[in-house]
Amino acid sequence: MSLKIENLTIYYQTIAGNVRALEDASFSLADGEIMGVAGESGCGKSTLSNSLIYLHAPMKYIRGRVFLDGEELPIHDTQKMNPFRYKKISVIPQYAMNAMNPTKKIGRMVEDLLKSRGENYKEILPEVKNRLELVKLSPDVLNMYPFELSGGMKQRMVMVISTLLDPSLLLADEVTSALDVSSQKAVAEMLVGFRDKKIVKSIMLITHDISILYQTANTIMVMYAGQLAEKASTETIIKAPRHPYTKLLISSLPTVGVRISENRLAGIPGNPPLLLNPPTGCRFRDRCPVAFAKCAEVPPFVEIEKGHFLACWKEGKAHA
Amino acid sequence: MKRYFGRKLLIYALTFFIAVTINWMIPRFMPGNPVDIMISRAGLRGSAVTQMYSYYMDAFGLDQPIWKQYLNFWIAIFHGDLGTSIFLFPTPVIQVIKDALPYDVALLLPSILLSWFAGNKFGALAARNKNLDNTLLPIGYILTAVPYMWLGILLAWVFCIVIRIFPLGGGYDFSMQPSYTWDFYWSLFNHWVLPFLSLFIVQFGGWAIGMRNLIIYELEADYSHFLEALGAPRKLIRNYAYNNAILPQVTGVALQIGVIVTGALATEVVFAYPGIGYLILQAIHNQDYFLLQGCFLFVVIGVLIANFVVDIAYILIDPRTRAGMTGGAE
Ligand SMILES: Nc1ncnc2c1ncn2[C@@H]1O[C@H](COP(=O)(O)OP(=O)(O)OP(=O)(O)O)[C@@H](O)[C@H]1O
Ligand code: SF4
Ligand SMILES: [Mg+2]
Repeated sequence: MSLKIENLTIYYQTIAGNVRALEDASFSLADGEIMGVAGESGCGKSTLSNSLIYLHAPMKYIRGRVFLDGEELPIHDTQKMNPFRYKKISVIPQYAMNAMNPTKKIGRMVEDLLKSRGENYKEILPEVKNRLELVKLSPDVLNMYPFELSGGMKQRMVMVISTLLDPSLLLADEVTSALDVSSQKAVAEMLVGFRDKKIVKSIMLITHDISILYQTANTIMVMYAGQLAEKASTETIIKAPRHPYTKLLISSLPTVGVRISENRLAGIPGNPPLLLNPPTGCRFRDRCPVAFAKCAEVPPFVEIEKGHFLACWKEGKAHA
Repeated sequence: MKRYFGRKLLIYALTFFIAVTINWMIPRFMPGNPVDIMISRAGLRGSAVTQMYSYYMDAFGLDQPIWKQYLNFWIAIFHGDLGTSIFLFPTPVIQVIKDALPYDVALLLPSILLSWFAGNKFGALAARNKNLDNTLLPIGYILTAVPYMWLGILLAWVFCIVIRIFPLGGGYDFSMQPSYTWDFYWSLFNHWVLPFLSLFIVQFGGWAIGMRNLIIYELEADYSHFLEALGAPRKLIRNYAYNNAILPQVTGVALQIGVIVTGALATEVVFAYPGIGYLILQAIHNQDYFLLQGCFLFVVIGVLIANFVVDIAYILIDPRTRAGMTGGAE
C-alpha cells in the first residue's frame, strides 16, 4: 500500500465561513497504481492534492490521517512536512506553464533547488540529462530561460524537475489541460513511463479529460461536492459504474474523449451544492434520481467488490 | 538589438526636437520683449535708448525673421551657445548653467541612488516582517504623498529655524570664498544635507512601498508556490522574489525621473540652493528668457539621458528583454 488516507477533511477559511471542500475522504493507492480523479469543477480535486503536499492558508486541516509507505505524513505541520516534500511526495502543479522562475536559467534554478534540499547537483546532473532524454528534451534546455521553451516543453521540464528525487507519490493536477492534443497524449505516456521505470511509485492524476484517464489510469476515483462517490478500476467506472452520479457523469459523455463539463453536467438537472453550507447526508441528494429517506445520512465509502468502493445507500445496500 | 535602439533613439530625438522647439517658442510668443525690459530697468532716456535697443536686438538676434531665429537657435545649440544671460549680463547662459549644474548633480545622484537601494532593502524587509510592515506601510504612503516642496519647508523650519542645526540658503556660507579647504567643504556639506534629505525621504518612501508590494506579488507567483511545494527553504524563494522584484523597480526609476527632477527644482527653491531650479526662479523674476530657455533645455537633456541609461540597464539585467534583443526571432 503506497498511500493510505483516513477521514481526511479540509476546509477553506473565508470571511463568510468554512468552505467544506473535502469531507471524510478515505481511500488508498496501491504500489504502481495510477489513480485518476474525476468530478466537476469545484468538487475538491485540487484541494485533496494540495493538502497532501503543501497545506497552507486559507486551507485548514480539520481531521484525518495520511500514510505514505507506512509512514504518517504530518500534513498539518508545514515545517515537519518539509522533509517529505519532493523526496517522498511531489507535484506537477496545475500551473506548470509558470512554475519556473522566469529570470533564471533552468539549469541554474534546478541547481539552486537541489542544493537547497541538500542534494549534490553535480552528482545528479547525469541523471537529469537521462530524464530529459526520457521526455525528449535536449540537455541544452538547462542553459535556457523558461520563456525560450514552448508550452509542451515547459510542461515536460517541470515533470522532470518534479520527479528528480524519485518521489513515492506524484500528484499531477490538470497537467494536460493547457496542451494541444498530441502533446497531451505524449505527456500522458511519459507519466506512465515514469511509473513503469519506477521513477515514481504511484500517481494521482487529476483531469477533466476522460480520454486521458482511459489511456493512463488504472483506477478512477469520482468525487462530488467534496465527498468521494466511487472508486474502481478504469474499466469498471467507464463500463459498469454503480454510483448514480458516476452513471450520469459517464452517460453524459457521448463518446470517450469528451471533457467533463467544467461547469455543470448536461442532463443532470440542478447544480452542485455550494460548499459553504452543504446539505447534510449525501450531497448529491438534491439531484439524485433515486434518492430516498436514508440519504439524509452520509453514506459510508465501502468496498462492494474487490477494489470497487462506493458511497451510496441505494446501490451499496444491494450488496451489503 | 539594432532595431530596438534605432527606434529608441528616434523617440529620444523626436522628444528632444519637440522640447527644443517649445522651449524656443515660449519666450518669443510671450508678451513683452526682454530688451525693452532691460532698457527700461536701466532707466535710459532719449537716443541712448535706441542705441542700446539696436545693440541688444542685434546681439540677441531678435531683429531677424522668425524662421531665421529658429534656425539660429538650433545652430547655436549645437555650438553650445545658449545666448547671453540678461540678468547676469554679460555672462553666457551656458556658463551660468555650468556653475549651477554640480549642485543639481550633488542633490540628484546620491538621493536617487541611495533612496533606491535603501528603499528596496527596506521594502523587502517589510514584506517579511508583519510589525515592520504595519508601521512602514502607512508611513511610506504618507511620505510618497508628501509634495517635495512641503517636506522641504518643514525640514527647513524644524532644522534651520526651530533648532538651528543647519544653515538655510545658498550652497555654502556667504561669507566664504570657494576654496579647496576643509572649512569650505564642511560648509558645502552643511548646506547640502537638508535639500538632500528632503529629496531622499520622499523617494525612499516610494521605493520601499513599491518593493514591498512587488515582493508580495512575486511570493504569490506560481514559481514561488512550486518551490514551496517542493520544500525549498524560505530563503531561496525570497531571493528569487527579490531578484525579480528589482526589475520593475529599475523601470520605476525611468518613470519617476521626471517627477524627481521637478521635485529637486522645487526643493532648490525652498532652500535657495544654487542649482538649476533656483536659477529658473531667478530667471523668471528677472524675465531672463535666455537663461530660462537654457535651464529648461538642460532639464530636458538630463531627463532624456537618465531615461536612456535606465533603458539600457534594464535590457542588460532582464534576460527576457535581452534574449528578445539578440535572438533576432522577429
Ligand atoms: N482559496 C479558496 N478559498 C475559498 N474557497 C476555495 C478556495 N479554493 C477553493 N475553494 C473552494 O473549494 C472547493 C473545491 O475547490 P477545488 O479547487 O479543490 O476544486 P477542483 O475540483 O480542483 O476544481 P477544478 O476542476 O476547477 O480545478 C470549491 O468549492 C472552491 O470554491
Ligand atoms: S446515497 Fe442516496 S442520494 Fe446519494 S447517490 Fe445514493 S441514492 Fe443518491
Ligand atoms: Mg483544480
